[in-house]
Amino acid sequence: MNKRRLKEKLIEWLFFVNGMIAVLVLVGIFILLVRNAFPGFKEVSFWEFLTTSRWNPDAYDKETYGFLAMLASTGMTTIGSLLIAVPLGVGTAAYLSDVASHRVREIAKPLIEILAGIPSVVIGFLGIVLVGPVLAKLTGTYNGLNAINGSILLAVMALPTIVSLSEDALNSVPRSYEEASLALGANKWQTVIKVKIPAAASGIIAACMLGMGRAIGETMTVLMATGNAPDFPQNLLSSVKTMTATIAIELGETAYFSTHFYMLFTVGLVLFIITFFINLISDIIFHKHMKMLK
Amino acid sequence: MKMMSKIALAVTGLVFCASAVSAEMIQIKGSDTIVNLVQKLAEVYMQQNPEAKISVTGGGSGTGIAGMINKKCDIGNASRAISAKEIELASAAGLNPSRVVIAIDGLSVIVNDGNAVTKLTVEQIGAIFRGKITNWSEVGGSNMPITLYGRQSNSGTYGFFREMVLKGEYSPKMRSMNGNAQIVESVKADPTGIGYVGVGYVRDAAGLTVLEVAFKDGMPYASPLDEKAVESGDYPIARPLYQYVGGTVSGAVKEFMQFETSPEGQKIVQTEGFFPITDEYRNLNARVGL
Repeated sequence: MNKRRLKEKLIEWLFFVNGMIAVLVLVGIFILLVRNAFPGFKEVSFWEFLTTSRWNPDAYDKETYGFLAMLASTGMTTIGSLLIAVPLGVGTAAYLSDVASHRVREIAKPLIEILAGIPSVVIGFLGIVLVGPVLAKLTGTYNGLNAINGSILLAVMALPTIVSLSEDALNSVPRSYEEASLALGANKWQTVIKVKIPAAASGIIAACMLGMGRAIGETMTVLMATGNAPDFPQNLLSSVKTMTATIAIELGETAYFSTHFYMLFTVGLVLFIITFFINLISDIIFHKHMKMLK
Repeated sequence: MKMMSKIALAVTGLVFCASAVSAEMIQIKGSDTIVNLVQKLAEVYMQQNPEAKISVTGGGSGTGIAGMINKKCDIGNASRAISAKEIELASAAGLNPSRVVIAIDGLSVIVNDGNAVTKLTVEQIGAIFRGKITNWSEVGGSNMPITLYGRQSNSGTYGFFREMVLKGEYSPKMRSMNGNAQIVESVKADPTGIGYVGVGYVRDAAGLTVLEVAFKDGMPYASPLDEKAVESGDYPIARPLYQYVGGTVSGAVKEFMQFETSPEGQKIVQTEGFFPITDEYRNLNARVGL
């Protein structure tokens, strides 16, 4: 009996340590980012970083560290990807949860989830050899490495998250809602659109925000597919260089502990804060959703 | 889960780095322009000396020189000379870098073969890449916008081209490609495109025009494919291709470099599309013991 208690305590302790390690790693990453981000502002003004758009750390004359262009680039590819992935993802989720037969659902859902496992470099490769040339032809330009290419690829990558979690949210809507709607004479389409999706709205929003977090943090795919011009993007056909791509491209060439090195950490810190809040908000919305349905 | 795998990856990376430095393995890193050439040289060298172990990766000249300074590699490949800032950082790290020239490159400016333009002056090319000239009609072509294809800032070609041709900042509209090969492919597909790559990448490329370049208006135009013009300096944007080491050239690294600069190594340089080193650079190499 005593031995069994000891074993239980030991396992409990082990799980506690495991949980704490995850938290410590998170806090550690944050501290590392902050410590390496701050020294950069000895030489670069904080105001310049926030309000100018020319990022030119390896300049011929004078280095500049403006952050706006890459923020706009990240924003553009992310919003573009959501414009594609949200309608498609929620539609797919509604189909899977309310229209598809049991057999179709059992096959389709795992297949969509497998999509999440495709390495990002493979998707980036498709962006270069497939999406790029097709886009160039459709838009009458000569090169398809631009913001919209990145958006399409990011949409593909965010889809599994959005479909899978939205479908869970739709399934968690109590059956009584649907029955009440059908009993009042609404047809299936009206029930899905006017009852189930609104009832699952917070869960669906949480799903979309997680998809957005994925899109913002994605690096390899956008690096390969967007052309990486550091200019402030003019339209969806502009070539853009996102925050993640800037870090990935430039960190390898900087000497450690130079201003450029510190400024790249600052970009990383901003990225960390953005994704942290997106995940936090989606988590809060999701818990509200679960509570409401109870 | 994802985080765990990243940590595991980082740890294996560290272990790998540590073992790479301690073993007799020569780590070479840097310039994308000569990565294929040095890989080929290493391959032939390892066939002749089975005990030698050499690993060659790209990443760009900036990455190669930073790797040499940060002691991540034994040799840093570079298609540009080390900068004053980098020398400073190297001496701060207790290093006194030596450089060896292993080949000569005629940096080639390429356009789509559908483009009527076949020659430009250095000034015109500079103005195009600075974003001052934005339409092909301004340099004798048809009326269409110019699309710029360049390299990322870790590229030595990016740095060299800026020093020698632009003498100013790149247009922020320039697309930054991952490597020479991607520029070649993009310009092939884009009738409005212009790009710059090492001559080793345009030897047998179809669908491209390799521009003839003159110093300025009124001076003779020369092609980077013409060995004599490159060697004599008549081709305006020829450049030496370097390898940097952190200290003196010695041991296994020296043996490999001796092979690279030997007649046999220089023959490989030519079959890979570049040009053999001239006496001027042989004398420079002799100063570091080669």
